[in-house]
Amino acid sequence: MALLEATNITKIFGGLTAVNDVTLTIEQGSIVSVIGPNGAGKTTFFNILTGIYKPDKGDVIFDGKPIGGLRPDQIAALGMRRTFQNIRLFHNMTVLENVLVGMHTHLHAPIWNIILRSPSLRREEGKARDRSRELLRFVSLDNKRDELAKNLPYGDQRRLEIARALAGNPKLILLDEPTAGMNPNETLDATNLIRRLRDQLGVTVVLIEHDMRLVMAISERISVLDYGTKIAEGDGQVIRSNPRVIEAYLGKGAAGMAAHPPA
Amino acid sequence: MATSSPQTGGASAWDRLSGLLGRGPGGYAFLSLYLLITSLMLLLNPRTSLLTDIVFILFLLLMLIVYRTRVHVGFKVALGVIALGVVMPYFGTLNPYYIDVATQAGIYVALALGLNVVVGFAGLLDLGYVAFYAVGAYIWSIFSTPQIGAMISGAVPVPNMWFYGFILVGLMIGGAFGVLLGLPVLRLRGDYLAIVTLGFGEVIRVLAENLDKPLNITNGAQGIKDIARPPLFFSGALTAIGLKLDDNQLYQFFFYFLVLVIVLITVMIVGRLKNSRIGRAWTAIREDETAAIAQGIPLVRMKLMAFGVGASFAGTMGVVFAAKQLFINPPTFDLLTSISILSMVILGGLGNIPGVILGAVLVTLLNLNILPRIAEILRSAKSAGVPIPQSFDPTQYQRLLFGLLLILMMIFRPEGILPEDRRRQELHEDEDEPREEPA
Repeated sequence: MALLEATNITKIFGGLTAVNDVTLTIEQGSIVSVIGPNGAGKTTFFNILTGIYKPDKGDVIFDGKPIGGLRPDQIAALGMRRTFQNIRLFHNMTVLENVLVGMHTHLHAPIWNIILRSPSLRREEGKARDRSRELLRFVSLDNKRDELAKNLPYGDQRRLEIARALAGNPKLILLDEPTAGMNPNETLDATNLIRRLRDQLGVTVVLIEHDMRLVMAISERISVLDYGTKIAEGDGQVIRSNPRVIEAYLGKGAAGMAAHPPA
Repeated sequence: MATSSPQTGGASAWDRLSGLLGRGPGGYAFLSLYLLITSLMLLLNPRTSLLTDIVFILFLLLMLIVYRTRVHVGFKVALGVIALGVVMPYFGTLNPYYIDVATQAGIYVALALGLNVVVGFAGLLDLGYVAFYAVGAYIWSIFSTPQIGAMISGAVPVPNMWFYGFILVGLMIGGAFGVLLGLPVLRLRGDYLAIVTLGFGEVIRVLAENLDKPLNITNGAQGIKDIARPPLFFSGALTAIGLKLDDNQLYQFFFYFLVLVIVLITVMIVGRLKNSRIGRAWTAIREDETAAIAQGIPLVRMKLMAFGVGASFAGTMGVVFAAKQLFINPPTFDLLTSISILSMVILGGLGNIPGVILGAVLVTLLNLNILPRIAEILRSAKSAGVPIPQSFDPTQYQRLLFGLLLILMMIFRPEGILPEDRRRQELHEDEDEPREEPA
């Protein structure tokens, strides 16, 4: 079953067609990668899916509902969460609070209950804290829950961002370059974490990634964007040997050496 | 807005001090002694002077020290009740000036806490906050005086018992005006937002100044006088227990305690909101709007809520202020007052509740007591022959001194006196420490 269907998405900034007629279908429970050279429109495409940009053309259907006209917070509330290419944590909040913020759409205590500190509020907050710590354990950050987010090392910040996204109990999580700037060991951990997202939590994962080793290792499907257009789609084997992909990455002429695919 | 930087050396000095005096029998003895000494100094020498001002500040600082030390909650509450509920009123009978100052400080504490919701929590710079205060004040002024007759012919003032109801009306109207201001500025951030709120504050003041025609709503620049005070339902009881106070004194105590109660409620509400989903959403918006939306936080609703909640405290205090002052006019609600309240929030520690309270008390006392007193001392020194140039009039330089203080503060401790420190958030930790504070 398709969890997300984006059809014929086009986004134009001034004279630049950032995303050009891209169609992408994501099956429930899959891990899908969107790759492409810098400036290919990957992040713009993510921003359209999550509602930050409105597409000029095309529709997005998420979980059976059209989400084209919805605000980003409404889309997030429907169960689509994301991380950012340049980590965007709430720096002056603690690790635990960051995850609690991610849980916002699941907390409903009305303001008078908060002011009166009613038993139902205490219950809700207690549950939220338990759940947050569960998620922090999942990304192995529970021992740092009281630290300010800005004081975490880089890799921890990436994982915290994932935990925060998970706090919304998402059906789909979009990871924008989750291993950017990581060393090989950290990348390996991140790869395992992404797998566990799907295998243990049942979350469908879409990632933008430049690390081809990771992409090839975990994606069931790969879509390649170049200059805003989808130039190829398929599993790792198909992409590896696709001349247009090789051309996009290595330039014209390189396609002839398809025996040595980009890695 | 600048966010607080990591704790500096002052904090560790504080830690060492509080480690020494903050817990165990040492803590109890220190706090009791502190209260005893400052109380005695106040009560034995209640004359209005710079020394008394300083002792008065030290006396109020006890509340902060109590808040920060680790002694039994009951002991904290007891100290607070003795200091603010017994010593302060008694001191007030000896020198009524100071209880009025305390009341004034309390009003500013509530205002600063309200503004802190908007600026400190949600990070929305608001330079027109005094407008909501004005709205509350004018509401009660118009409805409790014959001014209502000038507006609606034949209408008579409401009975003064309605004052208590109007506190809630002030709260709601203040909140409504907050939302009203919020609506057009939702798309703005930072500097742009500040300019629009500044304009809004001025609009309200100018409206108050000019709405005497065609329909006389605010009585224009002359202001509204003879504002009704609530009936003193407790005066009989006080006489019965042998306290003989005249009406003015009674009202001073009444407003002191009323303001104290409102401040306590405000602190409680603000504290609880801060540690709730709403407060966290505000902080998230302050930190990073884009990331906040991506967590499903509805920006519009949360920002409007911040404006509304912040403004409602000002509306409430406006009603109380009008009844206390008996007279209001438009200049009371000028831009300088907004800036003053903002400086309290920033001086004390943006976003941090005890810090904001401290800032409000210190700035109020500086403006009302310390600076005029210093000017007075300089002037008398001048007439006593100290060589100060004839053209130098110290009273003219009070604001300069205040400005210098602000500048020094921003150079050496830009995060405020008590910056926001995120305390450990243990699972199931109860944050129900008594939030006593200087009023």
